[in-house]
Amino acid sequence: MNERFSADVLDGAAGLTARPGRAEAAAAALTAELPTTETEEWRYSPISEPDFVELLDGLQPALTAPSTDAVARVREASDAVLGRFESIAATVLVVDGFVVDIDVAPGWAAKGLSVEVEENRWINELPVEPTKFDYLHQAFSPGPLVIRSIGQVAVTEPVVVLTHHDRPSTLSCPHLVVEVAEAGELTVIEFQSSAPEAGVQLPITELTANNASRLRYTVVQENGDDHIQIGRQLSSAGGQAALTSGVAAFGGRYLRLRTDSRLVGRGATASLAAAYYGDDQQVHDFRTFQHHEARDTKSDLLFKGTQDDSSGSIYTGLIHIHPDGAGTNAFQTNRNIKLSDDAWAWSVPNLEIENNEVHCSHASTVSPVDDDQRFYLHARGVPPTAADRLIVAGFYDEVLSRIPSEAARGRVRELINTKLDRRSRNQPAEG
Amino acid sequence: MTERAFTISGLAATVAGNQILNGVDLEIRPGEVHAVMGPNGAGKSTLSHVIMGKPGYEATAGSVTVDGVDLLSLPTWQRAQAGLFLAMQYPTEVPGVSLDDMLSNSFQAAGKSVDGLAEALTAEADRLAFGREFLERALNVDMSGGERKRNETLQLTVLKPKYAILDELDSGLDIDALRVVSRRVEAATNEDGLGVLVITHYNRLLSELKPDQVHVLAGGRIAASGGPELAVELEESGYAGYAESDAA
Repeated sequence: MNERFSADVLDGAAGLTARPGRAEAAAAALTAELPTTETEEWRYSPISEPDFVELLDGLQPALTAPSTDAVARVREASDAVLGRFESIAATVLVVDGFVVDIDVAPGWAAKGLSVEVEENRWINELPVEPTKFDYLHQAFSPGPLVIRSIGQVAVTEPVVVLTHHDRPSTLSCPHLVVEVAEAGELTVIEFQSSAPEAGVQLPITELTANNASRLRYTVVQENGDDHIQIGRQLSSAGGQAALTSGVAAFGGRYLRLRTDSRLVGRGATASLAAAYYGDDQQVHDFRTFQHHEARDTKSDLLFKGTQDDSSGSIYTGLIHIHPDGAGTNAFQTNRNIKLSDDAWAWSVPNLEIENNEVHCSHASTVSPVDDDQRFYLHARGVPPTAADRLIVAGFYDEVLSRIPSEAARGRVRELINTKLDRRSRNQPAEG
Repeated sequence: MTERAFTISGLAATVAGNQILNGVDLEIRPGEVHAVMGPNGAGKSTLSHVIMGKPGYEATAGSVTVDGVDLLSLPTWQRAQAGLFLAMQYPTEVPGVSLDDMLSNSFQAAGKSVDGLAEALTAEADRLAFGREFLERALNVDMSGGERKRNETLQLTVLKPKYAILDELDSGLDIDALRVVSRRVEAATNEDGLGVLVITHYNRLLSELKPDQVHVLAGGRIAASGGPELAVELEESGYAGYAESDAA
């Protein structure tokens, strides 16, 4: 990091409204060191390796809204994604962290769907041990996009958010807030993309499901090859609320996501799922926390990934049952298929239980394609490359079934197939 | 021109370094049904696995040919493409992979058109009294033992191989299902000239699917061969005599 990130640049930043804490956060970011792998939460992460440090040194923050040309270009590219949906309650375009377009169907606006930028709402609570990236986000994030349902409205059509990182060598800090009112219902599908050149994005997503509400959020990430994303997802579910989060991570050079899921009301449930696939030198880095803070809560986490070439993945997860978490059911499963000898995967599940009336389980596997499944398909005349392709694509079915939108599922299937097509092209011919 | 037959000659095989087969000889011609029976541990399942090329099963001597094509030098998928089908004793679950996906890939690898595949699947499912809802499921996932065996038979009838090995097809099937499956396989021997090698422990299947020849596998080789009466005899006297002769 450098003087381009000093608090002074905030004075002339047309896109960033003044708010308390910005300058202090910028100053703190400038002096904070990068996290090292000696910290448990950053173990195995390549972020402090020289090529990443070099990239971070050459960055500058996105201080102004993108040009109209850039917005037009991104809008044009988004047509293909939007065309997948039969109906949409609202569409939002976010470029380099700035909300550049909001389009809410008038019917839904009248019924209580609110989509707007709230300049005065930002995360003023830093994590207990803030990292350089937390400070950067606090200093350089524009006003957040806030999507909320007001009253007991069930918004039965999805809100689609298209988040694009456009300018190379910049740092962008998108901030999305989704809040569903008591007994309401809301589905948000986010598609993240970026230019192919290197850039860094620090997205923060806050999901709040109030009592007896239903919140479904899915993010499909297909960033460019050299893109780096270091994100956080903070979710909270109240009494009898049902929260669903789906993550599909396919693009980028390094993608890190920390999810903190809090079940704060009796009977709250959370379904947390992720599908990821790395090839070339990609690294996926997931840190998940399932906090059971109230009675009779249930969380079910399923993260499934594939590692090919010399790519790698890290999964560390913690189920934390708080003293008030009697009657908790908590599940945590991470499964990985390792397709090449040079690929790597760390999978470390953990439990911390402070109440004994609970039912918890965790499972994690890292293994090659199953030999018996292979043999079965080969014995039916399916050639090896095609057989592996079927098995790997089928491996994700369990996660796909948890994504609450056929349009999003369809796109994820395409992304899986794109990865598998590339793999098939790189395999030796079968005689 | 090579005479059409599924020929196993002098086949010896090891599993994890242990010699299990010691020179098996069998010849099945189109339309014929041969049964291989034998006590537990005689090497019945090893025979089916080594012929199909399952990893861990190594042929150390002998040959296996399908209409003159040497199978042992081919990878498993090409053995299947050469016209051999193995109905497995314990069909593997393959999550997220549908019957249609698998068979389409097999057809494409053979250069065959997949037009009409869906129709063939529903027609054969009906013929086997196999619920059409099973066609939508992932392979062998959420299926009972009997459903899996019908599913194996369904694949056999749609792939139309020249020869099939049915490895303990009767296990997990109730008597009605056994009858339906047996009749379907028998019809394939008559209609398509399918040659069948039935591997079984019990006579039950053979009372439905009439064998032309019955062989006893003991001590890793064919210890006796005869007509259908041999199966009846074995049902009464058991395999004790063969086990002893093997030890001698």
